[in-house]
Amino acid sequence: MAAPLSVEVEFGGGAELLFDGVKKHQVTLPGQEEPWDIRNLLVWIKKNLLKERPELFIQGDSVRPGILVLINDADWELLGELDYQLQDQDSVLFISTLHGG
Amino acid sequence: MCQVGEDYAEPPPRESLPAPRLGCGQKCVKCKQGEPVVVIRAGDAFCRDCFKAFYIHKFRAMIGKNRLIFPGEKVLLAWSGGPSSSSMVWQVLEGLSQHSAKRLRFVPGVIYVDEGAACGRSLEDRAKTLAEVKQVLHTVGFPWHVVSLEEVFGLPPSVLRCCPQELAGTEGAYKAAVDSFLQHQHTLQVEGAGDSYSLARGDEEQSWPQSQDPHGPPSPAASPSAAQTEALCRLFESVQTLTAKEELLQTLRSHLILHVARAHGYSKVMTGDSCTRLAIKLMTNLALGRGAFLAWDTGFSDERHGDVVVVRPMRDHTLKEVAFYNRLFAVPSVFTPAVDTKAPEKASIHRLMEAFILQLQAQFPSTVSTVYRTSEKLVKAPREDCAGEPEGPRCLLCLCILDIDAADSATAFGAQTSTLSQMPPSALQAEAGTRTAPCCAVGRAPGCCWKACRREHDSQTQVIQQLCYSCRGNMKDLPSLDPLPPYILAEAQLRSQRARVMQEIQDYLIEDSDAETETTQS
Repeated sequence: MAAPLSVEVEFGGGAELLFDGVKKHQVTLPGQEEPWDIRNLLVWIKKNLLKERPELFIQGDSVRPGILVLINDADWELLGELDYQLQDQDSVLFISTLHGG
Repeated sequence: MCQVGEDYAEPPPRESLPAPRLGCGQKCVKCKQGEPVVVIRAGDAFCRDCFKAFYIHKFRAMIGKNRLIFPGEKVLLAWSGGPSSSSMVWQVLEGLSQHSAKRLRFVPGVIYVDEGAACGRSLEDRAKTLAEVKQVLHTVGFPWHVVSLEEVFGLPPSVLRCCPQELAGTEGAYKAAVDSFLQHQHTLQVEGAGDSYSLARGDEEQSWPQSQDPHGPPSPAASPSAAQTEALCRLFESVQTLTAKEELLQTLRSHLILHVARAHGYSKVMTGDSCTRLAIKLMTNLALGRGAFLAWDTGFSDERHGDVVVVRPMRDHTLKEVAFYNRLFAVPSVFTPAVDTKAPEKASIHRLMEAFILQLQAQFPSTVSTVYRTSEKLVKAPREDCAGEPEGPRCLLCLCILDIDAADSATAFGAQTSTLSQMPPSALQAEAGTRTAPCCAVGRAPGCCWKACRREHDSQTQVIQQLCYSCRGNMKDLPSLDPLPPYILAEAQLRSQRARVMQEIQDYLIEDSDAETETTQS
């Protein structure tokens, strides 16, 4: 049983438009059976934060190609991408490099 | 292996790749010490400092190895507010401030084009963006030009003419730079004398070198007239497809930048096209029928305008590198919604191609670089052989040398015009006269009435006739060409008048083996 986590989720490069234009979200992830990883976080974001057009942000169980993910200002490729286990006070940043956001 | 749509059942088998599970234990591939923060090519993890050095070096190297920009040359940085062009402006700023032999030595200026009207944004939103834009421009401190896209309605037709310039040797090019420098001085003087020249209307700020000049909020004089805004909105609303809209926007924007560059004596324009964007652009342009111009559209330098050369110094940087750099080193950028913001993936060819390339890139990490390398190998040679006649016909919109059959023999319109031109003038006159009776009633000079009417009748075809294959395709998505800015229509008319006169005096000319007569004859 993982304890609730407090993480900062940030959107940039136009991705924020899908989240009511709000860039920074301080969120508390509820405690759950399995540990929180990015895969779960994306599902949670889709359910709780995403306001419109989920297909422009999420594709399959990952982010859409062209959207970069930074965990604590480091490339998520260094940290295991979807399998990275979130720690308390982590910050996760999604930057869209797609044209027009 | 090719599947349509997004139903890739499973993610690519990550286990099969030598997955760069770098984690905490791994170090930067360059210095072997630093904590890596970004993976560039597959598996190459860089630390913050090495990444910065790598990024800066790439930018300098791109400018250095091409040897196109001369010391003291005026260079206009086309800044959209987006990540790549912001990064470019920052690189230039950093390059100029360095006290080393590697210093950049050109004289920069920044242009920002406010395209809000084309994207249907409200005036308040645009003002907000402009305020942000100006704040960044102040921080940068280069001389800047903020123009709105509406100003295309005030452009002179001469924008569409190519001004050939001897760029052959270093000497010639250098001289050109000096000439335009003098021209700029002149422009400044004219401005000082209170000329009402539309583009200089107080929205150019000479804030160099004191960037901290107090500037008030955007003056009302800088905002375009409501009529122009409305005209621009009408134009973009009338375009039926997003593909044509994007192309039109690109065309108008490049004309406006070209005009500003010429008016202020800039001989180079730098755009922030990244490697990723160029790969997408290459494929998009192929799909749009611009295959003949790929070398110009995606190469390092684009000399189609003659006197003003467009260069793309960011073409070695991927969007990922750009985004990381901007994030890690706090490069300010201004996000502005574009025409395709929030559009679905299949809304336009541009959009679709972007999704296609990036999707492929996600699974095959060398996709972008492979496509991009292709663009590097393209040579602009094919049409250079007609260097003997520098004024070959050019597309009215993209300003590329026309790639079409000048006689237009394969189209219905071509067939029609050739029959018209074969008719004796009297028959033409008679035919036109019957058709144009109402026009005479309006009260035109009776002598040239048939001509005027005929002109109106086929002003549409007149424009179409002067477009390349790709631009023709785009213009098909405009139900009427009337909302186009007047300079395009005026230049089209001028060109076809010139062609007509050429044709009329044809019989009196002494035939020599001039290729031009053939093209105008049709």
